[in-house]
Amino acid sequence: MKLNHLVFDFDKFAQEMQNLKDKKHFDFLVTIVGEDFGEEGLGCVYILENTENHERCSVKMLAKVIDGESVIPTVINIWKGADLLERECFDFLGIKFLGHPDMRRLFLRNDFKGYPLRKDFKASDEYSLDDDDEPDYGIEYSLDRDGHLQQKENKLFTSDDYVINIGPQHPSTHGVLRLQTVLNGETVKRIYPHLGYIHRGIEKMWESMTYPQTLALTDRLNYLCAMQQRHALVGVIEEAMEVELTDRIHYIRTIMDELQRLDSHLLFTSCCAQDLGALTAFLYGMRDREHVLNVMEETTGGRLIQNYYRIGGLQDDIDPNFVNNVKELCKYLRPMIKEYMDVFGDNIIAHNRLENVGPMSLADCINYGVTGPAGRASGWKNDVRKNHPYDMYDKVNFEQITFDTCDSMGRYLVHINEMYQSLDIIEQLIDNIPEGDFYVKQKPIIKVPEGQWYFSVEGAAGEFGVYLDSNGDKSPYRMKMRPMGLSLVGALDPMLRGQKIADLVTTGAAIDIVIPDIDR
Amino acid sequence: MEVRKPKIKSLPYDEFKDNESLEKIVDELHEGGVNVVTGNLDSLINWGRSNSLWSLTFATSCCGIEFMACGCSRYDFSRFGFEVTRNSPRQADLIMCAGTITHKMAPALKRLYDEMAEPKYVVAVGGCAISGGPFKQSYHVVKGIEEIVPVDVFIPGCPPRPEAILYGMMQLQRKVKIEKFFGGANHKQTKAEAELGVSNEELMYGRGGKKPIVVTEVPQEFITELSENTENNKGKEEAK
Repeated sequence: MKLNHLVFDFDKFAQEMQNLKDKKHFDFLVTIVGEDFGEEGLGCVYILENTENHERCSVKMLAKVIDGESVIPTVINIWKGADLLERECFDFLGIKFLGHPDMRRLFLRNDFKGYPLRKDFKASDEYSLDDDDEPDYGIEYSLDRDGHLQQKENKLFTSDDYVINIGPQHPSTHGVLRLQTVLNGETVKRIYPHLGYIHRGIEKMWESMTYPQTLALTDRLNYLCAMQQRHALVGVIEEAMEVELTDRIHYIRTIMDELQRLDSHLLFTSCCAQDLGALTAFLYGMRDREHVLNVMEETTGGRLIQNYYRIGGLQDDIDPNFVNNVKELCKYLRPMIKEYMDVFGDNIIAHNRLENVGPMSLADCINYGVTGPAGRASGWKNDVRKNHPYDMYDKVNFEQITFDTCDSMGRYLVHINEMYQSLDIIEQLIDNIPEGDFYVKQKPIIKVPEGQWYFSVEGAAGEFGVYLDSNGDKSPYRMKMRPMGLSLVGALDPMLRGQKIADLVTTGAAIDIVIPDIDR
Repeated sequence: MEVRKPKIKSLPYDEFKDNESLEKIVDELHEGGVNVVTGNLDSLINWGRSNSLWSLTFATSCCGIEFMACGCSRYDFSRFGFEVTRNSPRQADLIMCAGTITHKMAPALKRLYDEMAEPKYVVAVGGCAISGGPFKQSYHVVKGIEEIVPVDVFIPGCPPRPEAILYGMMQLQRKVKIEKFFGGANHKQTKAEAELGVSNEELMYGRGGKKPIVVTEVPQEFITELSENTENNKGKEEAK
């Protein structure tokens, strides 16, 4: 989608954003892109979606410099999901959001010097092996009557709070997530997520890379959605360059995306079971995942990191045995998925552990931007494949799985049922892959015309989008991802308030978070 | 069964007291049909240790999934005795660092390593743990965990295939097997140092950690000589 930004006055900004939500029904904040616009100063691009007709719009807001600091009014009161997104902009660019109650660093250490996504940032290789001092308060910025910047400290904990750190090295956080959990007995009172333990600075690295070089890094985000993530990246570049792809490429990309979804969902169902102590279901799932990997590996050569899509098509044509292998895989997998339900999903223990755990209503899901299977378990029809079809998705028949249980059991069942849908999609396409080129030849040096684009795909755990701001050069001016997991982590706190701490593990497992994707 | 002569580096075989009667007893027992093996305790203990290496699950990114795949049906590293993974550093023999270590994670890795009990080993899995890998130019990535902890085995790959991880673990087994558990200095620390609780990094590089070797004041003659030599070599190769 090419972005034509709406621009509002600084003073009217908060009101206009409220109007967008109330009058035009833009109730889903897709992402906030913080950007250093050079001479214009710092600013943010807000991408919004109307969940009724799936129309999208973008708002560009330049920060106003007050007392030497760049400030923008917060939108946290309109879209709750803005909480972590605004903290991310503060962390990477130093934009202070007026009225946001908790302006702390989110990804980087508290003693980190500078703001990495500013264009004048100079990286240093030095790091400390000592822990940094963590403030026990969040700062709220506001303007006083004379228009000067004021700051107020909001305490995160009261003096008799019992705080426990879960992570960064914990087996059930699926990586290096740290959740600072305030407890009252066994009941969760509040969760403060601490991110950035695997923040690798991909967005900054992209700015100094040529377009073909940028591709290599997306596979290493959510390594279970390698295909889909690269799909979003090549998709945004191809859209900007107006590359016409052959049908063969569309077909193969759709099949590969769905195979990747099977891979990811299989790992999800395995790990979800393992987090609850069911080792058999874990081993069964991992066994079948190897069959999916076999099929992909014969064409791409990789197990996790596929490196298969490139700008203008695919790295190579499919393997001669690919079609037969895929068909056999589909035949093999259907009864196996039933087996997971037999050994785990239909088990009374699983039902007791998952039902009514980590509840979130439909309205909250939209407000917090909980996309993907987690949102669909609350009845939100948010599938990008349906709402903004790309490749072959508008030509194949498949069902958008939704549940209205709003809990972890629903999330598990969405994953299980989506595997059947993925198999359906693959079976519809696999016999009809048309002849044609697998690659549309591009110029040796790829330059993208000036402008801003946003392209998103349905990853295995939610919407994965890439925002591209190009100034016509051979490397991007700013590229930002909408990670699948960030809004899910932001939603952990409202999901778990009042729940038991043991349910934290369950909920974390059921919403399918992968940390390198969140931290980028 | 054959009598194995114990090999102890610091103690030649001849210096053992009364080898003859020992061998005689063993021979007599053999004649009577009793199975007796003689050897040193070190090799027995190392045989046991090397076949039950418990790793700390420390998977930060992609390589961790391959590590999981190693543990599952197809690759099944319980064949080698690696299947027990521990979530607490106190119970682990080795730290399997699978994935990128960022500046924010570095203190946590260091602390986990320090919390492990001796003897302990480090396996660096994947390009990121070895050198920073594809993220080498990033502002927030440690360029190889060897800057923080001493590494015993490097397993290259991005991510390494499960076969590679198995091979790397077998290299670690070899390393464990030749160590001395009894007698002589235990692999990395002296007794005093072990009691003081000095970390391996400090032992290796002294207080303050690893310092880079910086060459300053290189004589100009040396540089010209070096460049002449390389030019000469090039000339020779072309002549060939």
